[in-house]
Amino acid sequence: MTLHAVPSPAAIAPAVAVTGLHRAYGSRVVIENLNLRIERGEFVVLLGESGCGKTTLLRALAGLDAIDGGRITAPRRPAVVFQEHRLLPWDSLWRNVSLGLNATDARQRAATALTEVGLGGRLDDWPRNLSGGQAQRVALARALVQEPELLLLDEPFAALDALTRIRMHDLVRELVAVHRPGVLLVTHDVDEAIALADRILVMREGRIAFEHRMKRNGAAPIARTDLLAELGVGTSHPIPA
Amino acid sequence: MLLLSWLAPVVLLIVWELLAQAGWLSPQVLPAPSKVVRTAFKLATSGSLLNDLGASLLRATAGFAIGGSVGFALGILVGFSRIAEAAIDRSIQMIRAIPFLAALPLVIVWLGVGEAQKIFLVALGVAFPIYINTTLGIRQVDPKLLELGRVQGLGTLELIRRVILPGALPSILTGVRYALATAWLALVVAETIGAQSGIGFLAMDAREFLRTDVIVLTIAIYALIGVAADGIARTLERRLLAWHPNYGSAR
Repeated sequence: MTLHAVPSPAAIAPAVAVTGLHRAYGSRVVIENLNLRIERGEFVVLLGESGCGKTTLLRALAGLDAIDGGRITAPRRPAVVFQEHRLLPWDSLWRNVSLGLNATDARQRAATALTEVGLGGRLDDWPRNLSGGQAQRVALARALVQEPELLLLDEPFAALDALTRIRMHDLVRELVAVHRPGVLLVTHDVDEAIALADRILVMREGRIAFEHRMKRNGAAPIARTDLLAELGVGTSHPIPA
Repeated sequence: MLLLSWLAPVVLLIVWELLAQAGWLSPQVLPAPSKVVRTAFKLATSGSLLNDLGASLLRATAGFAIGGSVGFALGILVGFSRIAEAAIDRSIQMIRAIPFLAALPLVIVWLGVGEAQKIFLVALGVAFPIYINTTLGIRQVDPKLLELGRVQGLGTLELIRRVILPGALPSILTGVRYALATAWLALVVAETIGAQSGIGFLAMDAREFLRTDVIVLTIAIYALIGVAADGIARTLERRLLAWHPNYGSAR
């Protein structure tokens, strides 16, 4: 697949547009008047402390939770990768990857997707024979085989060891470059955000409190300490970036 | 290890045989194993043993099929629908609290001592373990997998077929194994009352004539069929649950 020149963002529909999103559990407001737009091919990383509302936002975008106000406009059903791989233990890898895929060539497409994540030879293997990293790669293949316009990643690398996580970062970057969905990655790992994002958002008390657009080609990236400060960590003892 | 595990039963059998041969065991109390085998051979060649065995197996199969279907259908209904659970689960649990053999006199009043009574009793014993384990299995399906199914765009029927039933299967098969054991117990009791054929009839008939060799034979047959039924259930588990780390040996 060749990479086309991306048209100006305004010309095509965004992967998702959120306006005035509001969500409350009882009297506790979790998301308050939140606006967000993610273009196709754009990699947005959402940082925030536990309980800041970032997972609630992702679940609302995925259509898994109701919203109390505002609008979410997405062209199609988004694909989701969760923190746990959530593979069906009773189905072979290709059956897992093609779950929900209504196509006669489902096995062929699952095979292609599995090859993309480096597991092309294991179509008929069982999930229980996979390591944590491999299982998460299958979950990634299952999400991408649907050719989503919006890919939602809910801390998908949090349970992996450090080396596996770095390899997964490379893989995700490659796959997103090829398939070009809009991506929203929810994490609390600052380094992960710097490694992957086109745009970093920091969420605090139900709002987007900080936004930074990364300049990839040569320009100085955001300092790790600045991000940590936004998250309320290490302000008195700066760590060298 | 396999050899060692067979050592004790074989030694027991030999001691039994020797004691009987030496006349220390009266044949009226416990006949020699060799005598039981000879009786089995005689009854088999005359055809009556196969007749009785066939009659018993037919009752067990019919009762299992009816009780299993009813238990499974009710289990599915209650497993999926909170309304159905509210409506019928309590009644089922109350009936279940009755030891099903205690209902025997009533069953005889209703259905007499014919085939219907025997099949009904087996079905009654089978329905409850299947019902309970089907409901339990459906309820225990990981909600995270259900959520994933929805994210992948599965409709209700596909969700049931791809996620819920496979997830409930280990529990359902456990129910099948319990049900097989109950089916035999029900059959033994049912056949000792007013039967004209079947393994239980054979035992009762032999009691009249103090034929302990035939009685021991029928006990052995019940045991063997029980073992065979359990073997079938285990094979089903191995085949259907090949993916499960606690069963089968997938790869």
